[in-house]
Amino acid sequence: MQLWLIPILPLAGFILNGVFGRKLSKAVINTIAVGSVLLSFLWVLKTLSALGAFSGGLEQTYKEQYFSWIQSGALNIGVDFAVDRLTAVWLMVVTGVGLLIHIYATGYMAHEGGYYRFFAYLNLFMFFMLVLVLGANFLLLFVGWEGVGLCSYLLIGFYFLEKFATDAGNKAFIVNRIGDFGFVLAIFLIGNHFKTLDFTTVMEQVKTMPIESSIGWMTAIGLLLLVGATGKSAQIPLYVWLPDAMAGPTPVSALIHAATMVTAGIYMIARSAQIYLHSSMALDLVAIIGIATAFVAATIGLCQTDIKKVFAYSTVSQLGYMFVGLGTGAFSAGVFPVMTHAFFKALLFLGAGSVIHALSGEQELSKMGGLRKKIPITFITLMCAGVAIAGVPPFSGFHSKDAILAAAYEHAPWMYWVGVFTAGMTAFYVFRALFLCFFGEYRGDLDTSHGHDAHGHDAHDAHGGHGHSGIHESPAVMWIPLAILALLSLGGGYIDIPKYLAPMFGDPHEGEAWLMYVSVASGLAGIGIAAWFYLLSPAVPEALARGFATPYRWLLNKYFVDEFYDSTVVNPMIDGSRVFLWKVADVRIIDGAVNGAGTVARATGSLLRLAQSGYIRNYAAWVVGGSILVIAYMGLRGSF
Amino acid sequence: MPPMPQLSLSGVVPFNWYLILSVILFALGVAGFLFRRNIITVFMSIELMLNAVNLTFIAFSYKMGQNDGHIFSFFVMVVAAAEAAVGLAIILTVFKNRQTLEIDEVSSLNN
Amino acid sequence: MDVILFLLFAGVAVICAINLVLQTHPISSALSLVGVMGALALIYLQLGGEFIAMAQLIVYAGAVMVLFVFVIMLLNEGKERKMQRKLWVRWGGPPLLFVFVAIMATVVEHFLPPSEGVTFGAFTKGTAEAIGTKLFTVYLLPFEVTSVLILIAIVGAIVLARKEID
Repeated sequence: MQLWLIPILPLAGFILNGVFGRKLSKAVINTIAVGSVLLSFLWVLKTLSALGAFSGGLEQTYKEQYFSWIQSGALNIGVDFAVDRLTAVWLMVVTGVGLLIHIYATGYMAHEGGYYRFFAYLNLFMFFMLVLVLGANFLLLFVGWEGVGLCSYLLIGFYFLEKFATDAGNKAFIVNRIGDFGFVLAIFLIGNHFKTLDFTTVMEQVKTMPIESSIGWMTAIGLLLLVGATGKSAQIPLYVWLPDAMAGPTPVSALIHAATMVTAGIYMIARSAQIYLHSSMALDLVAIIGIATAFVAATIGLCQTDIKKVFAYSTVSQLGYMFVGLGTGAFSAGVFPVMTHAFFKALLFLGAGSVIHALSGEQELSKMGGLRKKIPITFITLMCAGVAIAGVPPFSGFHSKDAILAAAYEHAPWMYWVGVFTAGMTAFYVFRALFLCFFGEYRGDLDTSHGHDAHGHDAHDAHGGHGHSGIHESPAVMWIPLAILALLSLGGGYIDIPKYLAPMFGDPHEGEAWLMYVSVASGLAGIGIAAWFYLLSPAVPEALARGFATPYRWLLNKYFVDEFYDSTVVNPMIDGSRVFLWKVADVRIIDGAVNGAGTVARATGSLLRLAQSGYIRNYAAWVVGGSILVIAYMGLRGSF
Repeated sequence: MPPMPQLSLSGVVPFNWYLILSVILFALGVAGFLFRRNIITVFMSIELMLNAVNLTFIAFSYKMGQNDGHIFSFFVMVVAAAEAAVGLAIILTVFKNRQTLEIDEVSSLNN
Repeated sequence: MDVILFLLFAGVAVICAINLVLQTHPISSALSLVGVMGALALIYLQLGGEFIAMAQLIVYAGAVMVLFVFVIMLLNEGKERKMQRKLWVRWGGPPLLFVFVAIMATVVEHFLPPSEGVTFGAFTKGTAEAIGTKLFTVYLLPFEVTSVLILIAIVGAIVLARKEID
């Protein structure tokens, strides 16, 4: 079935654009970049339909083995790709949504420098993400994992002349690395325990293990995998990189930090479902971390003023929901939102990009307003995304959120109530952003008849102005993907992922009907309150902000988590490195040893050259002395 | 100490006496070499040492009944002559450059 | 008779050698060395080395020492200056010398058991004919090589001692 073509096509795009891109015209770069992803998507469709994925087939894993990579004793790791239903979901999302974002990016990045570099990195990211989901063993998953981390770093720091962008890239990479450390330890434990890293083999072995005797190992592995997942999927405590990652261009935020890379943690946990089912403690922790993250991120999102930051915290919050789904044992409920979230979150980000593009680089909500007449297509598509994420039936977000909340109620009712409250907050802050952006009076600086360049502020993506006149709608190459994503956001809920994944994870449970009504009501209430605050009486939120000044300050500064990390982890480490590792270990010990060897050599030489006195009689005396010794020795020994 | 042959003023000369004479002359040559400061005197002490060695060769040649020792001694004398010629030429050059014949003054190849 | 002669000549040799070491003016040392060589030549004669004794007198004492004397007179440096030597050198040197001689004597006595002594006339192969035969047959190669050596020495001495051409 040639599964290897799926990731190789974007890799070929990366190589062509990366090596020759400097000399190619924009049209050729576009063709290579978008074309490679398009071909990959088509090949995915062909492969999946041939395997019967769309027609009820693919109950067993389909595996292709290419070559043996590591062979060491009993450990035999090959480069194998495998497709089962779980992989099929991710393949469709990654290549499909990826294709739409690539098309959008050709319009968005049209005026930016480093055009070919951007698309080369984007293709490289697609390659690594596809390796991640297609890999049939933990090591290939890890290769893809690291690779997408690398591409994330490269793309966040795409505007590398801005310090805040490169700082954000560093932060993303380093925080991810902490998670990766946990993941690597888990891989070691798995390899040590099961003597193999292959998914099917490991899961078969785990299934047959009795729970009581193996719970220690499984818990350890599960917790370490969870550490990796919190890093990549931005959960507490390693979520701090995601809001800063908004320094990258908006298509990057949409593709990597909304639709694909951040779901890698979800994929990994779903893949290791058997391990988690054998350790209730690890599974509980997944759910607790998920619900805590969802709640905390939503509270922070209430007060943010940068439109991309609002959506970033929304991503963190929605990922928390997916973790709750996984953590309650309803793995298919955790995977369902991956698809719906990809639709509406990518749409939200791309739409935000469209707004930013229209405003020539402005990202602050306080400088927007009243844009619905000027950029109508963006407005309509973003409203579709808004109702989807708020969980209004019958749109996609409602179906996925309902599945999770039902499973949460089964597991622990308090999680359900926290989840409902968070859903209300989600609806509130998304519509707050939308109302502030599209309704009311325009509060910005751009002359609405003809515009001028606005410079990007710090902590924004530095998408600059381009001298067009007026606030205008985006070109077709940008709004067509928006429209497609809007349709998917509205209707995507009817793709019944839980039933599709039932052969792997068990039948989805149906919750009681009143659970559904309460969560819908919470969402609608959120929209209503947002409308009241920002459409009808704008004075109310300001009064609330003044009245609850301290909580407001805490929320606005994201609970000072970054400052806390800085003071407890980052600064001690930097100081420790400088004072101890540099000044003591490097300068005094290592340099001292090396220089010391030289000094010793020189001292020995100085000592030895005292024998060269220049006086012939001294030399003669040494000769006589030596010969006397030899004669004495001969005399005593009797012979030589 | 093994008993020596009859020591009388009218007998044969004990063989070891020649070797001991050679040792004494050699030691005196070494002493002159180490303790004198004039280069030429040092050179002459070297010649004294060579003579002592010659004596040893001749003595052993007598003892072994061969005349190969005499040949060695002959060659030693030839080489000593050549060495004396070249050495004295060097001494002359040193004197021309340093205006001194003290062996301690010629020490610029020191550390 | 042999003993008396040996002791006489040996005494002359030793006294001249001591004189060589103790004299301050190099010319005195040179003349002492001539005395040593003469005494040694007579001892060689007693050991049956006629050719060598004559060669010693003619070549060594007669040519090499004359060369020494020429150079001493040419340079005309005069007496050695008296130098302040360290105490341990002045007082320790001669005793060490005695020690050295004593060690060597012991070694000699130990290794060479006393055999028959030396009489004048007992060794007959030291004639010029015998040595000449040996020299031109068995030791022909060293003979030729030393000829080359002498040539090199001549050339070297001429090069070293010539005047600089200004």
